[in-house]
Amino acid sequence: MAVVLQSQPFDPGQLLGGFCPNRRETGAVASFTGLARAEHGAALTLELEAYPGFTDAAIEAMAAGAAKRFDLQDWLIVHRTGPIAPGEAIVFVATAAGHRRAAFEACDHLMDWLKSRAPFWKKEHGPDGARWIEPTDHDRRDAARWDDPFFDTPAERAAQDD
Amino acid sequence: MARVLLFGRLADVAGWRERTIEAASLSALRTALATADPGLGEALAGPSVQAAVDKALVRGDAALTPASEVAFLPPMSGG
Repeated sequence: MAVVLQSQPFDPGQLLGGFCPNRRETGAVASFTGLARAEHGAALTLELEAYPGFTDAAIEAMAAGAAKRFDLQDWLIVHRTGPIAPGEAIVFVATAAGHRRAAFEACDHLMDWLKSRAPFWKKEHGPDGARWIEPTDHDRRDAARWDDPFFDTPAERAAQDD
Repeated sequence: MARVLLFGRLADVAGWRERTIEAASLSALRTALATADPGLGEALAGPSVQAAVDKALVRGDAALTPASEVAFLPPMSGG
């Protein structure tokens, strides 16, 4: 269970390889890797600003809540900061659970939150200059899917079955 | 004195990212910043700008000590 913010590029395969071993009770590991898009030449560089000690604490608190909600055994979030070139990995999320549904849903949920609500400030440097980017309505709607208190998660279904 | 940090577009508006400024409270700090740079004062007064003291979000006013760290946070973009 860890949040890592780093300015250095990372290898998502290596992270996943390091996350999987020594899990005798884990039935499923889901992972997601987000890459920086070139936007057909409009984005030369993406610049992500974090507030060290604040950004990681917010991500950690959110992920701890998700771990409880989806009954995760473990999770890992690695996020780049600073300038990021198109094609480079920006974010890596891995979730480990007893069964696949929880691992998939938790990974999806964590990414929706990271994309729309995580405390980062994002600037796109393109041929016409730089601009600050805010979450799109689509990102907000994706994140809001999880706000419904009656959303049926695997952990909630299991609790109802007890 | 307080260590003041600006993030995102606020740093572009001000032309700086980090400064040490004399202020006994968050409201006094806002006044000092706005007096020195009205453009920054206006940007900080926006409803979507949040303030954090020692990495905790603060609504309203807060007392500052010489060791305080104040961060002004424009709308967060997500990663």
